[in-house]
Amino acid sequence: MSDPAYLLPVILALVLGVALSMYVVLDGFDLGIGILFPFFRDESARDQMMNSVAPFWDGNETWLVLGGVTLWAAFPKAFAIILPAMYLPVLVLLLALIFRGVAFEFRWVARHHQRIWDGAFAAGSTLAAFAQGVILGGLLQEIRVRDGQFAGAPFDWLTPFAIMCGLGLVSGYALLGATWLLMKTEGEVERKVRGMVPALLAGLLGFIVLVSVWTPLQIPRIAQRWFSVPNIVFLSLVPVATAFCAWLCWRGIRHGRSVLAFAAAVGVFLLAMAGLVLSNMPYVVPPVLTVWQAASHPASQLFYLVGAAILLPMILAYTALVFWLFRGKIGAGEGYHA
Amino acid sequence: MDTVAGIDALLFSRIQFGFTIAFHIVFPAFTIGLSAFIATLEVLWLRTKKTHYHTLARFWTKIFAVSFAMGVVSGIVMEYQLGTNWSRFAQIIGNTLGPLFSYEVLTAFFLEASFLGIMLFGWNRFPPWLHTLACIVVAFGTALSGFWILSANSWMHTPSGFAMEQGITYPVSWFDIIFNPSFPYRFTHMMIAAHLTASLVVCATGARYALAGRFMPEARTMLHMGLGMLAVLAPLQAVVGDLHGLNTLQYQPAKVAAIEAHWDGSRPAPLVLFAWPDSAAGRNRAEVAIPNLGSLIITHDWNGRFRGLLDFPADQRPPVLPVFFMFRLMVALGLLMIAIGWVGAWLWWRKRLVDARWFLRPLARAWPLGFIAILAGWMVTEIGRQPWIVYGVLRTAQAASPVTAAQVATSLALFVLVYVVVFSVGVWYIGRMNGSGPQPALPGPETLPNRPLAGGRPAPPARPQVTP
Repeated sequence: MSDPAYLLPVILALVLGVALSMYVVLDGFDLGIGILFPFFRDESARDQMMNSVAPFWDGNETWLVLGGVTLWAAFPKAFAIILPAMYLPVLVLLLALIFRGVAFEFRWVARHHQRIWDGAFAAGSTLAAFAQGVILGGLLQEIRVRDGQFAGAPFDWLTPFAIMCGLGLVSGYALLGATWLLMKTEGEVERKVRGMVPALLAGLLGFIVLVSVWTPLQIPRIAQRWFSVPNIVFLSLVPVATAFCAWLCWRGIRHGRSVLAFAAAVGVFLLAMAGLVLSNMPYVVPPVLTVWQAASHPASQLFYLVGAAILLPMILAYTALVFWLFRGKIGAGEGYHA
Repeated sequence: MDTVAGIDALLFSRIQFGFTIAFHIVFPAFTIGLSAFIATLEVLWLRTKKTHYHTLARFWTKIFAVSFAMGVVSGIVMEYQLGTNWSRFAQIIGNTLGPLFSYEVLTAFFLEASFLGIMLFGWNRFPPWLHTLACIVVAFGTALSGFWILSANSWMHTPSGFAMEQGITYPVSWFDIIFNPSFPYRFTHMMIAAHLTASLVVCATGARYALAGRFMPEARTMLHMGLGMLAVLAPLQAVVGDLHGLNTLQYQPAKVAAIEAHWDGSRPAPLVLFAWPDSAAGRNRAEVAIPNLGSLIITHDWNGRFRGLLDFPADQRPPVLPVFFMFRLMVALGLLMIAIGWVGAWLWWRKRLVDARWFLRPLARAWPLGFIAILAGWMVTEIGRQPWIVYGVLRTAQAASPVTAAQVATSLALFVLVYVVVFSVGVWYIGRMNGSGPQPALPGPETLPNRPLAGGRPAPPARPQVTP
């Protein structure tokens, strides 16, 4: 199986997975800050929250752009099916990202209208998270396809399952945002967030359990994969590891070890994504297009991979550099420590 | 056919794409030029230690931050719109154009986005050399981003290095795809346009302060740097534009015929100064023209012939009216820029620049000229490509997504509403920051506690003004 036509799409699917995981974790915590914004009425608390992500959000969001172009360059047939099928949720996502993105800059120059842009930031972040969950849920359900084109109706994606996935992602991002704030803030914000985290953790776990039960009940193909022998033995590692990460997160909160709490929350998230991938591979549009059927021309895939192999490590390196340069906590009523 | 108010999904998608890209294009164009200007100021400051360079760099960084944010958010829309509204295009062209967009993200977007954090928030936190380096990296990233986008766009005008199989394009030579025949001209033309646009905004701001007698060292620097760039780049742009025209004549003759409103290719073309092109009748009404001059400019030969619109089947002619008028608008603005640059340079040489109120007054209002010229030029090249989305390969009408007219009508309405509100507020904020002027007092983190010294932090009270 060293045929490039077989191997290349698998490697590219991994790259796509990395891009989307990076996005979900990184933009997850800064969208989470926006989701938590309404719970903090005090402007100085909001300043502090926003400052904790201001130098990073643009780079974080770029992973979404990478995810989009990777899907297009590597799996154009999937790109051409998924996006028209998700027309309205994608529209909501884009408009929400506009409001949230400009709020980062507008908020500081708006003077008296600061609260309007606070609202835009909170609503934009929440809606963007919700739309992403709905798109995910819509993708897991079957998209109607005929002749390699989307052949469904505008509201095919609108199901209770997709709505639940949307709410689940909002709650998950809120947890990531809260554990990020534990690490990066001090004083009143940190104290208040500490009280909120256990409920957020419980909420996310609740949604994970719900999705894990609902998906196999609704989609026999996935039930078959998880509950047949011997798969069940290997795959049961995922829920076990998730439970362990959740326990670590809880311990981190209890003992004030905020880095552990954040890392464990990220772990819960990545395991949930791994579960989705394990349920659906090798499909990129389940269950109609596999990664091989959707793949672009091998020359296109190879050209992309050469660039990714050289540039992704560099990107990861300078992303880490920026996070390191802006390391440390940001206190109430102060800028970054010099 | 599925329509809303008699309009089908295709036309809604075309309007939406045109609308969203028209808003988007001005921000990257401005920030490409502005980031290079800021990086230059920082290097000058590092080398000379003159504080007004530093003051200016900080001032323009605030404006850069707001413009950049608007460019980023409107750019994400462009990428995803290729899938939502143009899925057949995305699928047919994906093999050849998809990787180019990926390279833009991998080489440029991450670079810009990551070092932007240092550029905006690193003033008092990092050593000056690191901050200057970040500014240079951001400027490099924005230009590199332009490289890939212009490459992809040029390929849609002059596709090469590919083959077709079962109606799908396949790459044959990446070099020929990236460096396609019109790419060098388009890229150079757009980069110069970006720098001209930023230069006009900079020297208009300088003129505004000079007229008011405020921030004089900064105003002088802005006038000198902005007008200097105009004096050199505006004439250069005319030369590049001419070369670009020759290239277009070779590869997109129908576009040149539309630009010139040239119908009958069997005769030498006049230079049409004014006319009302009538596509139905296949001729110009109310034409004012100089005989043979069109041939001289286009073919560099007094009696040169080039194909007229009637030489093309009716379903392969671009809409003549907007192409014809927008081209004239662009050229007129280009000539005006040359005039501004040269008059400014002459006044500067005579040391009369800051006293020449007759020159500074209109100059202070000239800041939008570059944006208008870019939009006009963009319309010429994109409408001139119609009815093709990829010239000679794929028609626009065959590129749209299988979505309903109601969906696209909804999205178009929302985009119009949101863009008009968000971007007019943003431009208004930029105008206000621009009005309050560069603040030479450098507040540290102690005096401005609420933010890690960001791009758009609230300005401290302005210095006393000499005149309002």
